[in-house]
Amino acid sequence: MATVSLKNLTKRYGNIAIVHGIDLEIADREFIALVGPSGCGKSTTLRMIAGLEDISGGTIDIGGRMVNDLPPRSRNISMVFQSYALYPHMTVRENLGFSLKIAGAAKDDMDRRVAEASAILGLDELLERRPSQLSGGQRQRVAMGRAIVRDPDVFLFDEPLSNLDAKLRTQMRTEIKKLHAKVKSTVIYVTHDQVEAMTLADRIVIMRSGYIEQVGTPDEVFSRPATRFVAGFIGSPPMNLHEATVSDGKLVFGSGDSLPLPGQFKSKTAAGDKVVFGIRPDDFFPTGHGLSSGGDTEVHRLELPVSITEPLGNETLVFAEFNGTDWVSRMLNPKPLKAGDRIGMSFDLSRAHLFSAETGKSLRV
Amino acid sequence: MMDENASARLTRRTLTVAHRVGLFLAMLVICLPGIWIVLSSLRPTVEIMAKPPVWIPQQLSFDAYVAMFSGIGKGGIPVLDYFRNSLIISVTSTVIAVAIGMAGGYAFARYRFRGKSGMFLGLMLTRTVPGIALSLPLFFLYVRLGIIDTHIGMILAYVALNVPFTIWLIDGFFRQVPKDLAEAAQIDGCTRWQAFWQVEFPLARPGIASAAIFAFLTCWNEFALASQLTRSVNSKTLPVGLLDYTAEFTIDWRGMCALAVVMIIPALTLTYIVQKHLVGGLTSGAVKG
Repeated sequence: MATVSLKNLTKRYGNIAIVHGIDLEIADREFIALVGPSGCGKSTTLRMIAGLEDISGGTIDIGGRMVNDLPPRSRNISMVFQSYALYPHMTVRENLGFSLKIAGAAKDDMDRRVAEASAILGLDELLERRPSQLSGGQRQRVAMGRAIVRDPDVFLFDEPLSNLDAKLRTQMRTEIKKLHAKVKSTVIYVTHDQVEAMTLADRIVIMRSGYIEQVGTPDEVFSRPATRFVAGFIGSPPMNLHEATVSDGKLVFGSGDSLPLPGQFKSKTAAGDKVVFGIRPDDFFPTGHGLSSGGDTEVHRLELPVSITEPLGNETLVFAEFNGTDWVSRMLNPKPLKAGDRIGMSFDLSRAHLFSAETGKSLRV
Repeated sequence: MMDENASARLTRRTLTVAHRVGLFLAMLVICLPGIWIVLSSLRPTVEIMAKPPVWIPQQLSFDAYVAMFSGIGKGGIPVLDYFRNSLIISVTSTVIAVAIGMAGGYAFARYRFRGKSGMFLGLMLTRTVPGIALSLPLFFLYVRLGIIDTHIGMILAYVALNVPFTIWLIDGFFRQVPKDLAEAAQIDGCTRWQAFWQVEFPLARPGIASAAIFAFLTCWNEFALASQLTRSVNSKTLPVGLLDYTAEFTIDWRGMCALAVVMIIPALTLTYIVQKHLVGGLTSGAVKG
């Protein structure tokens, strides 16, 4: 049972700052995902919370207790490493029980807790094996088991699924979600995969270059990205983002193509403003093949040439040419299309985004 | 008509036989000096010195071994004293060199500090100086310090000789132990010290064992320094003891060979005992999938 609170947390290596004074409040039992491209400082932040990395400034509180200078063992946390970091010279049972052995737990208590963790993760068959005799997914499960056995206040996950193949990753993702529902601890989960973050987390923290770009629920960061970076990072396929200039109720793109200025941004922009127009593939679709029917929404229709298509079965990604580049759109109930076809495309402008070209901040607020 | 499979099988068999013959010849060349020493220790000087060499011994006897242990005046030498000296000096200096090697190797493998690469290079450079070149300066130094012909003097010299090597070897093995493991151990409740002994040390053990064997054999077989720094039965080691078989005009080859055999036995035994710790690949399965 623990909240985690980061205040002005900073990490510097010499003169180079890696994490620039971030603030974050994590509620008890919350599942938080730290997500961002590599080098954004998410793993460093996690390692500072774990106590594996000294902090250069600010404070870390776990369960209301300042832990800045406490060694990892005194923080009552557990961590699952990207590499799993299983002890190769110990069996699965010894790996699971290692923390209890170090803590000097009684033999029967140790056996009971190892059995519990092993039951939760389905490791019973593997207890006498060594890590080298396990598959990637099994190792991953042992690593999680080792974390559970400690009954920690906070679970830390450092890209735990990146070494698994795509199918296993999806499977383990579900297991982690189930695990959280069972053990109900606070979880801080680092990943560079936005799908993992979206599917697992209660709230997502998007980091870039050592700064927090946005903190919000998966729905918030998806529907109301605070910055151009978040807009481009969250969502797959990514949002179409193109620079434009506001002019006379229109957005004029580099090539001279234009779209009407979405109504909600009329009061927030002036003629001559440089902006970045963003629209998700779900809101830009072949007419009649989209999510919204276009009833009371602000839909702009254009006929555009198709450059390529990516059929996925239940839907097809259609790359339509506009403003001299390809804009990706999602076609539901797909029908066959081929490159060069001209089709009617709908822009649902009520769901479009505008960002300042200068600061990258959303103009929605 | 010979089918392709049969001819491929024949080629493979021929190659296997050629391979074995090659290996046998190579092993013969390597082992011949050893065999010659054992043979020579068992036969009279006449046969040893015969030209052309006598390959098949005419008569074998253990006289040289009996004489060796018979005491002064009956052709004996203080072999038990030498053996004791060798053992004390080799074991002590190996233990110290491995302890320093572990501390140093761990530091080089895990920590970043100022002058690290310079220090490492410096250690390696000390290996470029031939031991014999050090014997005279060391001799003068030891005379001044009054530690000539003592165990402690020999132990110091051998520790200095072995430490760069043990650090270098053990550093390499600690590098192979993923850092994540020590971190996982610390999160699991270990202090840094416990993480070292519980996780990193067991995984680097093959490397530490090889460093120990090498250090021990270096001390056990070293002659150049020992011949200068030891004077009497107080500290003379077995290799220096071999010189007892040389007189002004004669060399007792048979006795010398017998002592050499006596010297080889403990070294062989130790290597045999330790080699089971040399199993590599113990870290596999620690990380990645």
